[in-house]
Amino acid sequence: MTGSHYRDEPTTVSRYSAAARVNHWVTAASLILLALSGLALFHPSLFFLTGLFGGGEYTRIIHPWIGLVLLVSFAGLFLRFWRLNLWERTDNVWLGRVRAVLAGREEELPEVGKYNAGQKLVFWGMSILIIVLFVSGVGIWRSQYPFLRETLGIVIPIDQQRLAVLVHALAAIGAILIWIVHVYAALWVKGTVRAMMRGSVTGGWAWRHHRRWLREEVGARTPRRPAE
Amino acid sequence: MATLQSLDLQRRSATSGTPPAARKTLEVAKLIDVSKCIGCKACQVACMEWNDLREEVGEVTGVYDNPHDLSPATWTLMRFTEWDNPDTGNLEWLIRKDGCMHCSDPGCLKACPAPGAIVQYSNGIVDFVSENCIGCGYCVKGCPFNIPRISKADNKAYKCTLCSDRVAVGQAPACVKACPTQALVFGSKEDMIAHGEERVADLKSRGYDKAGVYDPAGVGGTHVMYVLHHADKPPIYAGLPLAPKISPLVEMWKGLTKNVGLLGIGFAAVFGFMHYVVNGPNRVSDEDEQAAAKLKGDGT
Ligand code: HEM
Ligand code: SF4
Repeated sequence: MTGSHYRDEPTTVSRYSAAARVNHWVTAASLILLALSGLALFHPSLFFLTGLFGGGEYTRIIHPWIGLVLLVSFAGLFLRFWRLNLWERTDNVWLGRVRAVLAGREEELPEVGKYNAGQKLVFWGMSILIIVLFVSGVGIWRSQYPFLRETLGIVIPIDQQRLAVLVHALAAIGAILIWIVHVYAALWVKGTVRAMMRGSVTGGWAWRHHRRWLREEVGARTPRRPAE
Repeated sequence: MATLQSLDLQRRSATSGTPPAARKTLEVAKLIDVSKCIGCKACQVACMEWNDLREEVGEVTGVYDNPHDLSPATWTLMRFTEWDNPDTGNLEWLIRKDGCMHCSDPGCLKACPAPGAIVQYSNGIVDFVSENCIGCGYCVKGCPFNIPRISKADNKAYKCTLCSDRVAVGQAPACVKACPTQALVFGSKEDMIAHGEERVADLKSRGYDKAGVYDPAGVGGTHVMYVLHHADKPPIYAGLPLAPKISPLVEMWKGLTKNVGLLGIGFAAVFGFMHYVVNGPNRVSDEDEQAAAKLKGDGT
């Protein structure tokens, strides 16, 4: 990926393979459908959302199955990205300067690898919450109780069902909040969405937001170490 | 909104605010006097007859309870207990007619996510409206008495209706009508409490000094009440709860979580929008592009 480039046609850096993008969008679609179908049952004022799924009964039926799709799909993303999301010392510095982040003054931040601390928190937050949502979701999946009993010998006592539904609702709120942060960040930081649509970003985007990653990508040795 | 024109609604599941009732209705109640019950199950049969329910032929579990649990087709069930009274050394045969208690503060109704799938009429009866039920089973989690059952056939929740259809036309519930000993009586809640107190006085005069009316305050009182000879120990009657109330887990789930959760989500969305309005987009500059181009050029 070298060669000549014109001033007004920026260089590009490849960020996501086609498989990673498909994986991402399957996950995104299932998460959004889960949030909509879940919220429909979560609050009376949102019950009208059941109309999107063909009524209350269909909403109740389909939601947990989409949950299974999400679980498998997210597992794919997890395996792809967990290594790059391991916490580093510079992430603490980045977090400590979150005001500069929100103001868009990235020159005050340490050079960032493929993911910044915010993205890593989104990644780990979602990883944990999806597991919690799955376990608590199975705990309230009434139509599968006979299956659980007959295949695994699991009978869920009523108080655990009550706990599960409370935990599920709380975790769902957490996941939706993280989702809002994730989507907002992608929209706010211009040039980000194309990473997941086309698989590439402009060199300038990488320079501005993920400079250490860009240096690694072009194979250049960094002359200066990032401020620590 | 009522399912029966002749009954007004007092509460409706998953509905904020219920319109005021057009009429003033008498609060009704059924009183079950366990000390008068002979365990003949006429009430159980009458319930099946009136509601056209037929339980599948099951298995004997070694006790008189038949079937051995409530089900979508068994809305009331006689539960038999052999209890060794430690004070007298007597073996007592306790018989309790189990079924929906028609709480004033119904946990099922509070838990239900489907608007109008559970209603409470102004006469106190808590009724399921199958048409609106989505079969989630939340009512089962909400109920402190373990009453609702979900049908495998249609995935709808079922339980005793206190014969709301009969009561609406001035009839007593079918079970009450069938009871040969008047262990079951039906009337206004006020009258039933008064009658219960008479029965308690009678039982006390015959040595049951712990006799009492079971009308648990934790659920705001019920519209099915018991006269118990051992009112200090409800659990000996096949596990009748000592102090039933809606589980705090359910209260938390349906209370704070809903409102704070939605508020939080709304707040986050507004915060994001305002951040954009204040700070504008985070754009890549030409200098960034040039620096990247230079780096890439150098790097190869
Ligand atoms: C990961 C697998 C998941 C499973 C197995 C699952 C399962 C369930 C089940 C069984 C219910 C009860 C209603 C019904 O029977 O359909 C439910 C409710 C709900 N789910 Fe999920 N779910 C999952 C993931 C999610 C996710 C990712 C979200 C949100 C982002 C979510 C949000 C909700 C909400 C808000 C409710 C309503 C809770 C309430 O009534 O308070 N679920 N889920
Ligand atoms: S199963 Fe039906 S009645 Fe019970 S909570 Fe769900 S929608 Fe309401």
